[in-house]
Amino acid sequence: MTSLRSDLAIIAREVLPHARILDVGCGDGLLMAALRDTKDADARGMELDARDVATAVARGLSVVQGDADTDLADYPDGSFDYAILSQTLQTTKRPDLVLDHLVRIGRQAFVSFPNFAQWRIRLAHMFGGRMPVTEQLPHRWYDTPNIHHVTIDDFRSFLEERNIKIEGQWFLSGDKPRNERLANLFAEHAVFLLRRD
Amino acid sequence: MRVSVVSHETADMAFLMQNDARFGLDKKTLLLGAVQLDSGVAFAPVEFAYETYGALNADKSNAILICHALTGDQYVASNHPVTGKSGWWTRMVGPGKPIDPARHCIISINVLGSCMGSSGPASIDSGTGAPFAMGFPVITIADMVRAQALLLDYLGIETLEAVVGGSMGGMQALSWAALYPDRVRSAVIIASTARHSAQNIAFHEVGRQAIMADPRWSNGAYYGHEAPAAGLAVARMAAHITYLSEAGLTEKFGRRLQNRDAKSFGFDADFQVESYLRYQGLSFVDRFDANSYLYITRAMDYFDLAEPHDGVLAKAFAGTKTRFCLISFDSDWLYPTAESRRIVHALNAAGAAASFVELSSPFGHDAFLLDAPEMNRIVDGFLRAGESR
Repeated sequence: MTSLRSDLAIIAREVLPHARILDVGCGDGLLMAALRDTKDADARGMELDARDVATAVARGLSVVQGDADTDLADYPDGSFDYAILSQTLQTTKRPDLVLDHLVRIGRQAFVSFPNFAQWRIRLAHMFGGRMPVTEQLPHRWYDTPNIHHVTIDDFRSFLEERNIKIEGQWFLSGDKPRNERLANLFAEHAVFLLRRD
Repeated sequence: MRVSVVSHETADMAFLMQNDARFGLDKKTLLLGAVQLDSGVAFAPVEFAYETYGALNADKSNAILICHALTGDQYVASNHPVTGKSGWWTRMVGPGKPIDPARHCIISINVLGSCMGSSGPASIDSGTGAPFAMGFPVITIADMVRAQALLLDYLGIETLEAVVGGSMGGMQALSWAALYPDRVRSAVIIASTARHSAQNIAFHEVGRQAIMADPRWSNGAYYGHEAPAAGLAVARMAAHITYLSEAGLTEKFGRRLQNRDAKSFGFDADFQVESYLRYQGLSFVDRFDANSYLYITRAMDYFDLAEPHDGVLAKAFAGTKTRFCLISFDSDWLYPTAESRRIVHALNAAGAAASFVELSSPFGHDAFLLDAPEMNRIVDGFLRAGESR
């Protein structure tokens, strides 16, 4: 099996066996396939890119071509044990509404995103005076799909406003896990497990 | 050991099927059981013309029903008896293809109301000894499916591994899943819709009016006389435009003239596209019955899978265990992607296992009949995943 990206590996590890899962922005279905094979999950996916959808369906996965911004409304409340949004939040037009749907559809939701307050990005911005181009955010200002950058602290305050409970959180520097202390400054990626209160 | 037992059984089954007159090419049978039509009529007896390819396996779990489109027929992968052309979906069905007689028992049935051997307006009404003509009951897509279920009972097939169809075939596949959820494990719906739109109905009405305006139509009682070929040809021409995309027509014909250097300042087929459409119309009348065209277009126009469910499409699939795979094409304006997406939303709301992708093609609605490697890759993966469950 191809090894999973580190944020996906955390999600794959934490998901309970036999769960019903909706992976929003599932790409070609790598995480879904891993959850199906290792956790006996009943996994469904949504992905914008037609080629990725075709690859996922050819893998035998149930994936629909769709857009997180427009195609989540029809899923009933609590119809999945987990709704997953990995590295997709920052590309949506209305991340707030997407998150509302996520915690509505899933009894719990996993959300992972690159932390825009990580020190390298701060330095690039402060001293370079330019939009940061880093390993985890390799795009330039004009061609980036990331239209709503978010920091760990932004995300936390949003959850508080929306009464969304944090049931788990994991932070990464590169592929290495790191603790919660000063995560907003040092973590490159964050993974949150959420539940609507 | 177990493997050898299974293969032995499979071999026995294949041997039995070779000697089973119900299976094979160009089959016809008359079944007494009535089909309860949506119109209230109990239609019996029912004639069926169908073909099967490949053998049923020991536990009869490998049957795939292929549903044809408006003017299609049971000759999916064998030569058409009238035109001599090869089967209409040999790109999808055949050795080494996603639907493979080496792996599947493939069944294709001429739909109720059609004209290639199954009961339709050209069939003889046993009550009068004359063709039904307009005395044939008006049918629906669901009626076609109920009739197919009758034939599957006769073939001893309780459960289908999959029901597969494009265009009107996709409507039947959807109806199969809605009417007989326990008999369909997987459904593949390509370039199709869950309802006919006002525009769809409008185009069909143009076709029907062209047929009925032909004096030879004679209220449908033309059997034994000259058929309303001119009207049917115009109907086909109008419909054919809806099967192609504007870009496809432009690429194929543009404004190029047909076998001439200048416009004729007359009403001959000056343009290549005119000549092409006239040919499409003329060749169609050799193989299709005008009354069947009326009945089947009517059935498609009546099709709205949500209607019996208070207009809520998701209710048609409530609690379904069937897996669904939908494919649309970006240049198809007859049944555009939005229609497939509507079905997908309903399936999601019903909690069904659904896959959907819009593929890119310049060929419009007809794309599903043409070379589409991505479509084949998706259908192949989808079917194999169902087989490994």
